[in-house]
Amino acid sequence: MTNYLEFEKPLAEIEGKAEELRAMARANEEMDVEKEAAALDKKAADMLASLYGDLTPWRKCQVARHPQRPHCRDYINALFTEYTPLAGDRNFADDHAVMGGLGRLGDRPVVVIGHEKGNDTKSRIERNFGMARPEGYRKAIRLMDLADRFGLPVITLVDTPGAYPGKGAEERGQSEAIASSTAKCLQLGVPLVSVIIGEGGSGGAVAFATANKVAMLEHSIYSVISPEGCASILWKDAEKMREAAEALRLTAQDLFELGVCDQIIREPLGGAHRAAEDTIASVGTALQTMLADMDGMDANALRADRRSKYLELGSRGLAA
Amino acid sequence: MNWISNYVRPRINSIFSRREVPENLWTKCDDCGTMLFHRELTENLNVCTNCQHHMPITPRARFEGLFDGGIFVEVDVPEPLADPLQFRDQKKYVDRIKDARRNTAEKEAMLVVEGEIGRTPVVAAGQDFSFMAGSMGMYVGNAIIAAAERAVELRRPLILFSAAGGARMQEGILSLMQMPRTTVAVEMLKEANLPYIVVLTHPTTGGVTASYAMLGDVQIAEPGALICFAGPRVIEQTIREKLPEGFQRAEYLLDHGMLDRVTPRGEMRDELITIVRMLMKLDPAVSGDLPSPADDVAEAAEDAPDDANV
Repeated sequence: MTNYLEFEKPLAEIEGKAEELRAMARANEEMDVEKEAAALDKKAADMLASLYGDLTPWRKCQVARHPQRPHCRDYINALFTEYTPLAGDRNFADDHAVMGGLGRLGDRPVVVIGHEKGNDTKSRIERNFGMARPEGYRKAIRLMDLADRFGLPVITLVDTPGAYPGKGAEERGQSEAIASSTAKCLQLGVPLVSVIIGEGGSGGAVAFATANKVAMLEHSIYSVISPEGCASILWKDAEKMREAAEALRLTAQDLFELGVCDQIIREPLGGAHRAAEDTIASVGTALQTMLADMDGMDANALRADRRSKYLELGSRGLAA
Repeated sequence: MNWISNYVRPRINSIFSRREVPENLWTKCDDCGTMLFHRELTENLNVCTNCQHHMPITPRARFEGLFDGGIFVEVDVPEPLADPLQFRDQKKYVDRIKDARRNTAEKEAMLVVEGEIGRTPVVAAGQDFSFMAGSMGMYVGNAIIAAAERAVELRRPLILFSAAGGARMQEGILSLMQMPRTTVAVEMLKEANLPYIVVLTHPTTGGVTASYAMLGDVQIAEPGALICFAGPRVIEQTIREKLPEGFQRAEYLLDHGMLDRVTPRGEMRDELITIVRMLMKLDPAVSGDLPSPADDVAEAAEDAPDDANV
């Protein structure tokens, strides 16, 4: 069952009608509806193309958060062989909002780390909706250290609304954990590549995405604050999220222009959730290419590359 | 309502009220409500003489009370692109900046200087909460990088006083990118083996806490300072329960192992001198031999040329 977003309602109607017609035809063999159904299919395809051809920033946020969008776990299962999850921060707990471990991408052994949001009520609660606590960042730091010591590249898959704002998380040093994870990203002597697969929510995303190369899926977002949060602070009205999404310039396309994102990975028409396998395959190809491009770079060159990338950021604005 | 009551009367009233209560003579303590004589408060570095509540202080006033003889030299900060996103909410970002410049007579939310404290050469950076809530945008990022580079060049420690509501939303993703950028600055200091001392002042929150403000070799906070990633209101809305007394205050963080020390503003100078001299393997400062900060901080502040900052 497809889960339709609000702006997809007209599309849902047409696709629903086509489905109904076909169901009727199956029940009554004398009916021939194929012609009408095909016409509806065509209409739906045209509408999908026009809707997704020009998504507003706010609609992109909705697509990026789509419940059926492929999540970190789907990418890991499909792209990495011999995936071996590694758990725990060795201090307090294992944070299920962050998954990670060893795996092979093609022939290459790597460490993969990512935020996992979950895909039904039970797993969403278990994963805390992809909002990590300090333990999650400290687990990531530990895995990055492991990769660094054994010379394995690090791949991070970013998909989080943000770091978890909770009492315990604050008491256990949420800020320090995020800051140290960002610092660890910068210290690595191995390649670090990152893909924003859904939501890149503020500091919680930076802690994983301070990478040599940052790729973004076509309809993913990366922002300093959620459009709702920004609207409630600057417009004093959380309902102004459309305006905020517009002003924040959080789309992959804007971030590419600003130099924050190095590469945009195309999504199938209608978004990643309509053809998860194709999306995952494109991400796999992008990861392979990004890593291959860094083959032969030594530890110092990799660190220097990351450092200069961030020092130079901000020298480019957006065209008026 | 007519022209007289709408226009003339307020004008007349404002003329009289101005004459009756000269501006800035008295300040009310935010905490205990005591009326404090302006000059006395300034001499006490904006700490209430009655309840010891630490009120905000601008980096300039702080540095006048910190450096020997109140003397310091500003370090140049490279100018970033102005308004890279052409951001506009209910007000244009460029107008917000203009207002902040007019209200503070400062260029931006971070002041970087070099000088000596207790004859100990240091570079210092101070975040200015009165300038758009001290928010971290590209200028603040550039300032911290400039501070680190200058410290490395002169082989001096960097002392950073943080105060911010977080990242500057009007610079969107580019404000977020100051988290990795400022972390690069901290890395430069660590590689050069130079002390990086962070003094967290009220309030230090959001992306600022989650980057350079939590990466110090020594972490000191002023009493009562709110220090957090997510603010108390956001947390209360998320978990829907009352937070404990003193939650996210400096003393609470000290108890939870997140800070090295909580030090009153009046003792900060001596403490910084002591710590920095040990880390730099300098001889102990000879007490009684130290030049004091500006003899009259209030006067020094008044004498500071206005046009130097704009």
